[in-house]
Amino acid sequence: MADTTTLLRSPVSPLSDAAGRLAAATRASRGAIRLAELPFLTQLNVRLDAKGAAADAVGLALDLPLPLAPNTAVRAGESVALWLGPDEWLIVGPPGGERDLEARIREAAGDEPVAVTDVSAQRTTLLVTGPRARDLLAHGCALDLHPRVFGAGHCAQTTLGRTQVVLVARDEARAGFWVLVRSSFAGYLTDWLLDAATEYVEYPA
Amino acid sequence: MLLIPCPWCGPRDEAEFHYGGQAHVPYPADPSTLTDEEWARYLFFRANPRGPFAERWNHAAGCRRWFNAVRDTGTNEFLMAVDGGMLPARPGVPPLGEFEDEAPSGPTGGLGAQPPELSGRGGVGEEETQPFRLPTAPRTTPLTFTFDGTEYQGNEGDTLASALLANGVIHTGTSIKLGRPRGIFSAGPEEPNAVIQIEAPFPEPMLPATTVELYEGLVATSLPGQGRLATTPDPARYDAVHAHCDLLIVGAGPAGLAAAAAAARTGARVILADDRPELGGSLLGTGEHLDWVKSTVTYLEASPDVQLLRRTTVFGHYDDNHLLAVERRTNHLGAAAPANVSRERVWRIRARRVVLATGAHERSLAFADNDRPGVMLAASARTYIHRHGVLPGRRAVVFTTNDSAYAAALDLVAAGAEVPAIVDTRTEPGAWAERARAAGIEVLPGHAVVGTAGDARLTAVTVAPYGGEPAGVQREFAADLLLVSGGWNPVAHLFSQAGGKLRYDDAFGTFVPDSCRQAVEVAGSVTGVPDLPSVLAQGVAAASRSIEAEGYLPREPSLPTPAAQPHTPPMHVYAIPDASDTRSFVDLQRDVTVDDLARATGAGMRSVEHTKRYTTAGTANDQGKTSGLLASGIVAALLGVDISALGTTTFRPPYTPVSFAALAGRDRGALHDPIRTTALHGWHVEQGALFENVGQWKRPWYYPQAGEDMETAVLRECAAARDGVAFMDASTLGKIDVQGPDAGVFLDLLYTNMMSTLKVGMIRYGVMCRPDGMVFDDGTVIRLAQDRFLVTTTTGNAAAVLDWMEEWSQTEWPDLRVHCTSVTEQWATVALVGPRSREVLGSLAPQLAVANDDFPFMAWRETPVAGIDARVCRISFSGELAYEINVSPWEARTLWDALYEAGAPYGITPYGTETMHVLRAEKGYPIIGQDTDGTVTPQDLGMSWVVSKKKPDFIGKRSYARADNTRPDRKHLVGLLPDDPGTFLPEGTQLVADSVLPAPPVPMLGHVTSSYRSAALGRTFALALIKGGRERLGERLYAPVGDRLVPVTVASPVLFDPEGARRDG
Repeated sequence: MADTTTLLRSPVSPLSDAAGRLAAATRASRGAIRLAELPFLTQLNVRLDAKGAAADAVGLALDLPLPLAPNTAVRAGESVALWLGPDEWLIVGPPGGERDLEARIREAAGDEPVAVTDVSAQRTTLLVTGPRARDLLAHGCALDLHPRVFGAGHCAQTTLGRTQVVLVARDEARAGFWVLVRSSFAGYLTDWLLDAATEYVEYPA
Repeated sequence: MLLIPCPWCGPRDEAEFHYGGQAHVPYPADPSTLTDEEWARYLFFRANPRGPFAERWNHAAGCRRWFNAVRDTGTNEFLMAVDGGMLPARPGVPPLGEFEDEAPSGPTGGLGAQPPELSGRGGVGEEETQPFRLPTAPRTTPLTFTFDGTEYQGNEGDTLASALLANGVIHTGTSIKLGRPRGIFSAGPEEPNAVIQIEAPFPEPMLPATTVELYEGLVATSLPGQGRLATTPDPARYDAVHAHCDLLIVGAGPAGLAAAAAAARTGARVILADDRPELGGSLLGTGEHLDWVKSTVTYLEASPDVQLLRRTTVFGHYDDNHLLAVERRTNHLGAAAPANVSRERVWRIRARRVVLATGAHERSLAFADNDRPGVMLAASARTYIHRHGVLPGRRAVVFTTNDSAYAAALDLVAAGAEVPAIVDTRTEPGAWAERARAAGIEVLPGHAVVGTAGDARLTAVTVAPYGGEPAGVQREFAADLLLVSGGWNPVAHLFSQAGGKLRYDDAFGTFVPDSCRQAVEVAGSVTGVPDLPSVLAQGVAAASRSIEAEGYLPREPSLPTPAAQPHTPPMHVYAIPDASDTRSFVDLQRDVTVDDLARATGAGMRSVEHTKRYTTAGTANDQGKTSGLLASGIVAALLGVDISALGTTTFRPPYTPVSFAALAGRDRGALHDPIRTTALHGWHVEQGALFENVGQWKRPWYYPQAGEDMETAVLRECAAARDGVAFMDASTLGKIDVQGPDAGVFLDLLYTNMMSTLKVGMIRYGVMCRPDGMVFDDGTVIRLAQDRFLVTTTTGNAAAVLDWMEEWSQTEWPDLRVHCTSVTEQWATVALVGPRSREVLGSLAPQLAVANDDFPFMAWRETPVAGIDARVCRISFSGELAYEINVSPWEARTLWDALYEAGAPYGITPYGTETMHVLRAEKGYPIIGQDTDGTVTPQDLGMSWVVSKKKPDFIGKRSYARADNTRPDRKHLVGLLPDDPGTFLPEGTQLVADSVLPAPPVPMLGHVTSSYRSAALGRTFALALIKGGRERLGERLYAPVGDRLVPVTVASPVLFDPEGARRDG
C-alpha cells in the first residue's frame, strides 16, 4: 500500500471531460465562437474596507489597484482584480499563485482586518470569445452586453442560463469574455453553452 | 420583469434579488427584557400598506449586498434605493465611428428570403389554377398546398388565406357553438373565423389562416372551432434571446418606418419589430408609397445600431419597458427549415423608450346574418388585392359608416370586380361618394345592410333605409362579397398592458391611448388619426422625442408627400336593429350575438367585464380584436349609457397566442433545471450508483451490485460501515469560511451553543435557529485560526445559510469585523467510516499520528493523505470511528482511488445517502428538513445540551421562553419500534393512542419522520415527532398503515450504541 502514498496524478479540472466537446464546437463554428476551459486559475476572494489603509496597501503590494467602481475590473500583467462588492474583490491570476498571493495580501494589510480566502477551485473559468460571443451569451444573460455598456474592463455577477456566474469582459483586443462558474454547475453551463451554440456551428454530416 | 435599482450594481432584473420584508424593524437590543407580546410583535407583525413602503432587498445573484428601497406596492415603482447611494451614472455615449473594433453581432431577424419585391408586376395570371389571382400579381414559383384534402397552388408571399382566396375558397370552417359556415374575414392577426389546423409538416392547432405564410407542402384543415395538439414530441428547436435598445418601435407601418428613419444613424440603438414578413404595414395593403417603403427599409437595413425584426410579434409589454416578442424564424420554410435554427424565438427586449406604432384594426358591424363566408372587413380586401394580387370576390357590396371603405370599393373596381352598391349609414357621405359615383358605383346614403343570403358563400345582400330615413323598399343585390367597415379600433393592447390609460375620443368614435407612466409613446393610427400625413408626422415626432430624451439628436427623414384627401366625419354605429337579433353576430369566434348581450344586460350585468364573462364575448383566441369595441358599443346602447363611461375590457398579454413550446424555449430536459455534481461524480456513474436529488445536487443514493435491490444494497453498505470500513462522497456539504477578529462573537450570535471558546484545531457541532427558536440548520464548526472558522452546512441549505450570515452581518451587526465566503466547491470531502477506518487512513497518511490520544474525536489535522494536502477531521455522523478527509477537488479522484485501493484488504465499501441516513438514524441524529419542518426547537429534538445557558443572547434564545415553546405536549423526536420487527412504517404515517380508531376527528399524536431497516438492529425502526414523546418512552401507540393499525413502542431516538462506545474505534 505504501506505493499509493506516492501515487501522484495530474490534477483534474471540472471540465476536463468537456474539453473535446468545447474544441469541436469551436472548430465547427468556423471562427464564430471559441469555447474553452481555462482551468486552475488562481482565485482569491479578498474582503476589506475599501476606505481603509489596507485597500491602498494591498493594491501597491500586488501592483494591482483594487477597483472601487462597481462591476469593473483592473488588470496588471497576468493578474486581474474584479469588483464583486463594495468590500469584496476576486483576484484572478495564473495557476499556482494562490499561496504567494495570499501571503502578500496579508502582509500588506498588516494589522488591518482583511479576509483572504483561496477559492481557486470554487469556480472554474470558461473562455467565450469570437465574433458571436455576445450573441451566444445573450441567449441567457439579461445584462446589456453591448460594448458601449459592457465593454473591456467591465465585470458583473449575474445569472447565465439558470446559474450564477461572474462575467468578465476581457480588455485585450477581441479577447471576449471570461465566465466564472461554480465548479458544481460547470457541467450544466457547458451543456447549456454548447446547446446555445447550435445555430452558430455546423458539424460535418 | 421589474428592474430593481441595486445601489451598487444599478438596475438589474428582479430575478436577481431576494425580498427581505419591511425595512426598519431592528433586532431588539435586549430581547430578554421584552414581554412575550412585544417579542411576538417583533417576530410576526409587519406593515402591509398600499402605496410607498420601505423594504429590504438583497442583490442575491449579484453583489450580495442588502439595501433598503421604497417601493410603491400599488404600482411596483421603485421610488428610492438607499444605503450606498452609488447609482452608477449611465455610461456616456461616445461619438459615432468609435466602434470599428466592435465584434459584429451578425445577421439578425428572420432567416428567410428578403421580402418579395412589390414592383415588377404584370406577370401572367394563373387563371387555370388560381381563378381569383389578378394578372398584376408578381410571378413566383407556384407552391403546392393542401386544404381540407384538396390540393391547390399558391404564390410565394401568400398567406394561407390569400392562397385560398386566389383559388376561390373563402369558406374555412364552421363556428364553434352554432356550426354555421364561416369564411376568411380579415387579412391579419385579428382574424376571428379562419382559424385552421396545420397537419404537416408538424401538427399545430388554431392558427389564423391570415397569418400563416404559405410554403411548399403545407397541409391544413378547417376547424369546427377547436384544434388538436400534436401527440408526438415537437422536433423543432425554440430559443430565446435578451436584447437591449434605446428605442423599440413596434410596428413597421408608415408611422413605425418614419419613426425608425428619424432615429436611425443617430447613435441610438433602435429595434423595429413587425409581425409580418415585409415591412410597410398598412401601405402594403393600400398599395401606396411603396417606393418610399422600399427606400426606407433599404436605408434602415444599412444603418448601424438598427435591428429589424420581421415576422416578430411583440406580445407583452411589462414593467420597466420589458417587452416580449416572438419571432417566427423558420415556419415559412416548411419542411426545408434547417434543423439547427430555432423555429421560433422569444425576444426579451429591455427598451429605454418605446414607440408603439401598432396601427388599427377595422371594426365590424352587427347586422342580421353578418357572419356568412364572403363577409369581409373592407380594408382587408384591399390587402388581398395589393399585397397578394388576389381578388377576394367578383361582385362586392360595400357597407360602411365612414370614408375608408370607399377606397376599397374603388380598388375592387380597378381590379376588375363589380361593385353594385356602396351602402353608407351617413346621409351625406361627402366627396368620397362623389368619387365612387364617378367610377360608376351606386352609393346608397342613409342605408344599411339588413340581411344576407348564401350558405357556403354569400349570394345576396339585402339593403334598407337606416336611422331616421323613412322605411322604404328593401333592395337585394346579388353579391359574392360584402365588405364591412364600422370604423377603426386602435391596437392599444400593448399600451394598455404597459399600464396606459385609454380615453374615448368623440371625433374618432373609439378609445385611444391617453397617458402612461412608462416611457412609452404612441404614433400613427393607434392614436386614432385617420390620415397618412398625420400618421407620418406622429412617427417622426414620437421617435425624435424619445431619442432626444436619451441624449441623441434625431434626423429629419425623407417622407412621402401624400395628397390631401377629403374627409367626412364617420358615423358611430355598432348594430343595425333587426327583428331578431339572434343572427346579428358580435363575436364571430364565440358565436356571441346582440341577443346574447341583451340577455346579459337583462340579467343585471352592468359592466363590459361582466357581459364578457356572461357571454364569453372576447374570450376566444382572437381575444375579441374585431369585436371588443363593438360589444362595448352595443352594451352601452342596451344600458342606455355613453360608451365613454362604459369603457373597454382589460387588455392582457399575450397580444396573440404564443405556443408553450416557444415560451419554454431551451428550458427543457437537462437544461430545465441545472444539476450540480461533485468532482467524484464520474466515478459514481461508472460504479452504477443510483442518484438522489438533494437540492440541485446529484448525490449517490446507493451502489447496487449485480442482482441487488435497494434494501439489500443498503443493508450491505450499512454492515460494511458498522463492521469494517466504508466511504462516501460528502463534498456536497455547504462550507463557509468565516474570517475576522469578531468571527467568534459573530458565530456565538448565530449558533445556539458557544463557538468562541472552541480551541484552534478543534471542531464543534452547532445548531442555528431562526428568531422564532425553530431549528434552521446544523453542522460542524472548525476553528482554523484565532480569527478564522470553517462552518459546514447541510447540503440543501448552503446558500440559505450564507445569505443568513450576510443578512445579519450586513443589516444588524455591521460593526462586527467578520466576512463570510462560500468554499463549498473549494473542497472535496470524503467520509471514511467504520472500525477499520483508522488503519486505512494510517496507511495513506504516514505523517499523521492516528492513535485516539494523538488525534481525538472532534479534532482536525492538516497532513498529506495519499500524497495530497488534506485537512482531516475526526467527526462522525454514524457513531462509528470516522474521518472526513478534505482535499482540493482537483485531487479528489486521486484520493478516492487511493482510499479504495488501501481499503480493499478491509473490504472498503462505497455507500450512498440512504446508508448515511440509516446510520445516523440508528444514532438518533436528526436530519434538518426531514425530521424537522420549521416548527421544531432544539429542545424538541432532545438537544437542550446544544443550547447555551451562558450566552446573554443568540438568535432564537428569547423564543424558548415563549409560552407555546414550553408546553409539555410539544412534539418530541423519539424512536419507534414496530412490535413486529419486520413491519416497515412509511414516512409520514400518523400515530394514534388506541388500537381501535375512534369516530373522527381522531386525535393525532404525531407522525413518522424517518423510517428504515437496520442491519445493526436486525429490525425496522423509525424516528417520529410525537406529542410529549419523551414522557411516553415504552408506551404503545398505533400507526394506521393502509387499513391496519400497526402497534409500535416509543423508544429513545438513540437505538444503537447508546453508550457511544464505538466512536473512538
